[in-house]
Amino acid sequence: MSTMTMIEAIRATLHAEMRRDDRVTVLGQDVGQLGGVFRATADLRDEFGSSRVVDMPLAEAVIAGSALGLAASGMVPVAEIQFLGFTHQGFHQIASQVARYRYRSRGRYPLQLTIRTPFGGGVRTPELHSDALEAQFVQSPGLKVVMPATAYDAKGLLAEAIRDPDPVLFCEPLRGYRMVKGEVPDEDYTVGFGRARTARQGSDVTIVAWSAAVQMALGAADELARQGIDATVLDLRTLVPLDVEGLAEAVAATGRCVVVHEAPLSAGFGAEVVATLQDECFYDLEAPVARVTAPDTPYPLAGIEDQYLPSVQRVVDATIRTVNQV
Amino acid sequence: MGRTVTGVDSSDEGPPGDPHGWLPPDEPVSLLDPDGSYHEDPEHPLDLDDEQLRELYRLMVVTRKVDREAINLQRQGQLGVYASCLGQEAAQVASAYALGADDWIFPSYRELGAALVRQVDAAGLLHLYRGTWLSDHDPYAHNFALMSIPIGTQALHATGFAMGAKLDGASIVTLTYYGDGGTSEGDPHEAMTFAGVNDAPVVFFVQNNQYAISVPLDRQTAAPTLAHKAIGYGMPGLRCDGNDVLGTYAVTRRAVERARRGEGPAFIEAMTYRMEAHTTSDDPTRYRTKEEREEAAKTDPIARMKNFLTARDLYDDELEREIDEQAQELATYVRDGIYDADHGDPMELFEHVYVEPEGHFEDQAAQLRAELDSAGEGS
Ligand SMILES: Cc1ncc(C[n+]2csc(CCOP(=O)(O)OP(=O)(O)O)c2C)c(N)n1
Repeated sequence: MSTMTMIEAIRATLHAEMRRDDRVTVLGQDVGQLGGVFRATADLRDEFGSSRVVDMPLAEAVIAGSALGLAASGMVPVAEIQFLGFTHQGFHQIASQVARYRYRSRGRYPLQLTIRTPFGGGVRTPELHSDALEAQFVQSPGLKVVMPATAYDAKGLLAEAIRDPDPVLFCEPLRGYRMVKGEVPDEDYTVGFGRARTARQGSDVTIVAWSAAVQMALGAADELARQGIDATVLDLRTLVPLDVEGLAEAVAATGRCVVVHEAPLSAGFGAEVVATLQDECFYDLEAPVARVTAPDTPYPLAGIEDQYLPSVQRVVDATIRTVNQV
Repeated sequence: MGRTVTGVDSSDEGPPGDPHGWLPPDEPVSLLDPDGSYHEDPEHPLDLDDEQLRELYRLMVVTRKVDREAINLQRQGQLGVYASCLGQEAAQVASAYALGADDWIFPSYRELGAALVRQVDAAGLLHLYRGTWLSDHDPYAHNFALMSIPIGTQALHATGFAMGAKLDGASIVTLTYYGDGGTSEGDPHEAMTFAGVNDAPVVFFVQNNQYAISVPLDRQTAAPTLAHKAIGYGMPGLRCDGNDVLGTYAVTRRAVERARRGEGPAFIEAMTYRMEAHTTSDDPTRYRTKEEREEAAKTDPIARMKNFLTARDLYDDELEREIDEQAQELATYVRDGIYDADHGDPMELFEHVYVEPEGHFEDQAAQLRAELDSAGEGS
């Protein structure tokens, strides 16, 4: 067992997976010589050489599209897109090709590939480095969408993603890279997809979140506890596949729910959570499910991003309103 | 004798559009050596008077000063990040200076020098890096479009704008900047394809500063030079020493005037070197040596122009004082404008998203308003 930051856990997992399986190939901008702009791929090239750790030309479509080709040829590519906002430069490859290739070939193409990318805001980045675009990928059937919130899960879910036969978009909370620390077992393990994690057990209300918003939800739960409200925090961990049963159970147990995400409100994944809950446990609900999200505006620059993003205070306020509904 | 400088309208190059002249010269066009000595080049005569020569120098010095101030401001926590143009002053100033007043520039995030040629408010520009606003200046007041963060996107906008001007019968040329890394993206490729097909009056100006963050040029392309790519889009590929302000000016000027005459787009590769880190967040020691940087420093664009002006008796202590004062004045202005600058009203989140905001959207604005009001009461 070691204490690791999120980024250390990711780096260690990439090293371990490349050692375990020599088909695993890392490709992306600045991943080789530099070791990634966040050092996620540091020292990989020294150990595995530049044919398995490839500095790609500055073009996201070639990263995603050639990862597909590599996978079809039997390799196991782990591609990095430098920021989620720049997946748009390769979106036609990710959504229209990577996600659909197995379907198009009626299962003939192997498509064991992972696309890693930093996710979310709150760290004062330039434009398009912070946008939470997860719903766009959830709407691309064929792709799994994975959202670790802890260092333990970063390792277990990344190992699972690399070994999963389906293509996976693996979103790493930018805000958590160095801030989120935790115990990570040294030995090999995976965390299966489609199993939500109870980050905190409570009895009054269930706060549902993923990625960096889980930390925020936990902060809110601490504050709510001081005010006598005992909240469960449920970390979805993967949006595709969604743990429908785990979600419904956790919400039915308290009868009240608040969903938190960094993406804009309209057609955000929170809407999917709400719709799922009203399908699965409508009669257990004692109040409407609330959403705490960004507004339907473009992601602003640093100066007002704190007002844009959901905050501990907003989660606390929304939770109190939800709990007080009769 | 083989062609040395090609691609534009010299009479020995056949009719406009003759692709035989479109390959780049073997050596980048250079009029000023690193020591400042000047070679005449009949294909690139200078149409600059003494005042203009001094002006080019002044613009480069001022750019460097403001650039340094921006780095300092970032170190003091006043900017989130900053992408320096140190070493690229000649490439930017000369190319922007070669445009006419009505011509347009579509820049990337690194084009401080070009912005200063266009008299864009320097403090305003840095708000992008401070995180105040995505833009401060009025593009239509300076014919200077917004600085683009996603690589190469602006090349398409420049092409569309040039097409629009052409359809209007206006004799406007657009010039778009991007980097060597940017040449790999789809957008500039598609822009050049479209511009070539339509003879759009656009100049694609690439500052080849050798790196895209850590990735060196030989990982971006296997072409002999970036300029060789141009012929594939049906336009001349030109090359200049981007640290030579006069050579860059002359090459850009010809490309701009050619486009203005309706002879179509051109691609320019200006050879330069990014002397600073990619941005203030980057650590270049991880991918390049000190020796390499020191070697590049010997080709400094400002030092050589100063030697040139001195040799021509165009430079004296008085000019030096004058320029230094001006540069200092602008740097101070920038510092005053940026330091602890207010981030403004969070309600700006909802401004300019739609012309006529409606329903749901307005409810969200009202919600933030109420939240801000109640926070205000509490304090
Ligand atoms: C579409 C897109 N992908 C990735 C990035 C991240 N990024 C910012 S600058 C840069 C390198 C750019 O290199 P180059 O085009 O040579 O221009 P330079 O920065 O050297 O001026 C990268 C990869 C981005 N801004 N946009």
